[in-house]
Amino acid sequence: MIPELGHFALILAAWVVIAQSAFGLAGPAFARERWIAAVRPAVFTQFALQTAALAALMYAFVTNDFSVQYVAQNSNSALPVGYRIAAVWGAHEGSLVLWGWILSCWTLAVALRSRSLPEAFAARTLGVLGLVSLGFVTFTLATSNPFLRLQPAAPDGRDLNPLLQDPALASHPPMLYAGYVGFAVAFAFACAAMIEGRLDQTWARWTRPWTTIAWAFLSVGIALGSWWAYYELGWGGYWFWDPVENASFMPWLVGTALIHSLAVTEKRGLFKSWTLLLAILAFSLSLLGTFLVRSGVLVSVHSFAADPTRGIFILTFLVLVIGGALALYAWRAPLLRSEAGFEFTSRESFLLFNNILLVVAAAAVFAGTMAPLISDALGLGTLSVGKQYFDPVFLLPTLPLIALAAVGLHSQWKRGRVAARRGAILTTAAIGIALTLALMLGVWGGAKLLTPIGFALGLWLIASSFVDPIDRVRRGIRLTPAIVGMAIAHVGLGVFVVSITAVESYTSERDLALAIGESGRVGAFEYRLDGLRRVEGPNYDAVRGTVTVLEAGKPVVTLYPEKRNYFVQRSVMTEADIHMQLSRDVFAALGEDLGGGRWSVRAQVRPLINYVWLAAFLMALGGIVAASDRRYRRAEGEA
Amino acid sequence: MNRFILPAGVFVLLVAVLAVGIQRAPNKTVIPSALIGKPAPQYLLPVIASSSPLQAVQFDSRSLAGRWHVVNVWGTWCPECRVEHPVLLDMAREAALPIIGLDWKDDDMAARRWLESLGDPYDVVVADREGRTAIDFGVYGAPETFLIDDRGVVVHKHVGAMTPAVWQRDFLARLPARAATTGGSP
Repeated sequence: MIPELGHFALILAAWVVIAQSAFGLAGPAFARERWIAAVRPAVFTQFALQTAALAALMYAFVTNDFSVQYVAQNSNSALPVGYRIAAVWGAHEGSLVLWGWILSCWTLAVALRSRSLPEAFAARTLGVLGLVSLGFVTFTLATSNPFLRLQPAAPDGRDLNPLLQDPALASHPPMLYAGYVGFAVAFAFACAAMIEGRLDQTWARWTRPWTTIAWAFLSVGIALGSWWAYYELGWGGYWFWDPVENASFMPWLVGTALIHSLAVTEKRGLFKSWTLLLAILAFSLSLLGTFLVRSGVLVSVHSFAADPTRGIFILTFLVLVIGGALALYAWRAPLLRSEAGFEFTSRESFLLFNNILLVVAAAAVFAGTMAPLISDALGLGTLSVGKQYFDPVFLLPTLPLIALAAVGLHSQWKRGRVAARRGAILTTAAIGIALTLALMLGVWGGAKLLTPIGFALGLWLIASSFVDPIDRVRRGIRLTPAIVGMAIAHVGLGVFVVSITAVESYTSERDLALAIGESGRVGAFEYRLDGLRRVEGPNYDAVRGTVTVLEAGKPVVTLYPEKRNYFVQRSVMTEADIHMQLSRDVFAALGEDLGGGRWSVRAQVRPLINYVWLAAFLMALGGIVAASDRRYRRAEGEA
Repeated sequence: MNRFILPAGVFVLLVAVLAVGIQRAPNKTVIPSALIGKPAPQYLLPVIASSSPLQAVQFDSRSLAGRWHVVNVWGTWCPECRVEHPVLLDMAREAALPIIGLDWKDDDMAARRWLESLGDPYDVVVADREGRTAIDFGVYGAPETFLIDDRGVVVHKHVGAMTPAVWQRDFLARLPARAATTGGSP
């Protein structure tokens, strides 16, 4: 009964969403106040209905209702309740329900927080969001219904993919979707502005906090996924240029460009049409990512059951939403001229280059991700693109980007007075170089060519991030959340660059074959296998190794890597044990039983790797702090 | 105002590519292996089951040098592997060339039980418990089947369940006339 109610709620939601977009778009066009007034109630209703649908699906999971096919395929009675809830988005159908629900949350937030916006503009924004919702709800209902019953009901479920039974991965999809879907808000604002043919600095001020928060969610979502891949898959890396990783990274890069471009549009009224285009692109890339993952056109480790009908549906949706927005852009953007000019070394100029480099980086990732598809479509044979392409091609625009950011943080709006800040620029650069030398000579020793470059750029950027806040404090100007948030995010980026440089340059790893009591050397460390025993979990049993790691003869830590055997899915998972420290990760994973009492033990010592993810969280934190600035709330009050 | 139409133009091209891609998606579920025409990855893995009583605890892929053979990636957790299993048994009965089973991320005991109850088409079954070798082979999901020639070069990769038609068309047809006879149990 409950699943049917959920299904019914979703069908009703589709109709309410149609009303939301019809009233939202037609109301202002025909100047009907009553129609406009109907938009917000429609938003509240569709939010309630989508919440009911998601709750019904969760209920089916929590109560182990294996008469629902989707539950039977993705859950099991032995699964802990927390993961039963997370199993809702463990596969395609439930992910879509979650996606739709998150979009309804964003729409609700816009409806509640836009009361101070001009009514017509708010209605149009909500109308565009309604169209996007309509696409997702009908997609779910038409091709991916999670409420279908199974006849006869299954006695127990097939269990959630063991890969997904992890806290970080359980929270990875909601965060990622919150980011993807959040860009729909910027997209809707952009469409509404183009429909009205009016885009001023107030518009940019409205759009900024939404974009920044969506971007923060996306940053956290990507970081969680990457962190999970590191400690759960035990592949020993943080990024693999997998098509689906790229699909989430491209909107992030364009979203980052959008945040910066919006700053220019807000402060100086420049880059208007460019900002609009970025707002369209950021969301388009989110949708495109969905298409690539769900249609089976590209397959990666994340691939969902490929279904061409789903692909055709998303492609049609893509054509309508993106095509419509780009057509609107071609028609309306020429009206939105920017008037003011700026000098070459002004902040505008730096942000322009920032935008160009970020978009070039996104384009490079896009090209690498799409190349196999394009080559196949043109009949040029098949192609696969990996690290050898992505690493250098991505570094090419991003290394100058970091340098540019380090200098750009010293620049000022409108005026090209960077030369006047030469002292601060040289001081921060000197700090960066000095710390680089200290790290390389004092701590780790020499390495590759890119090592000093990465360290120096990252440290320079961190030092430069403090310049503006310090300058303000000195001059007695109040530090606003916007300034603090910006500093935190740029420190985050600097930490990111430094940590990646350290990991890429100074990781030591070895596969050891150890019997109990034996030890082997990895870099400056010694790994000793002290014991093996059998342990039981709720839905698996495992072999747990006891590995003591010694440094200079003294025990540093004891690690307990596990090899788990999940009963229902009959699959074996390696649960690596990682001793996480701020300075380094000491990692051990249990390989296979080599016979004769020997087990293979994968041993790795990675310096600073945790900073890669900490940096991403720092960037997200910076975004949230900046978005909390009173200026945005006041903007609402004044408008 | 050309520059404002440009994004829409690029998008039209992209849609064309995606539309072609999706046309092909049903008959091509993955991008074929980048390994085709390249040397197959080497592996040294523990043996789960073998047709030869003299087989050591570990199996070294180098012992296959000079022989055409098939590597089939499977696991007891994989429903499609159960579907293709009878086909593999038929292939083994024809004994055209050795079939190596790469038991991917699986439990050894479950694999042995599977082979006992369903029959064993493999000349050797090796355990890729960590999935490292499968990663080397660029495996996306089980089952996948690779045809490897006498120089150790990957000739063909089939994704999804093996069928008699695929076996005839994509595997046997690629064998040189002689290979079918020089193959055999390793």
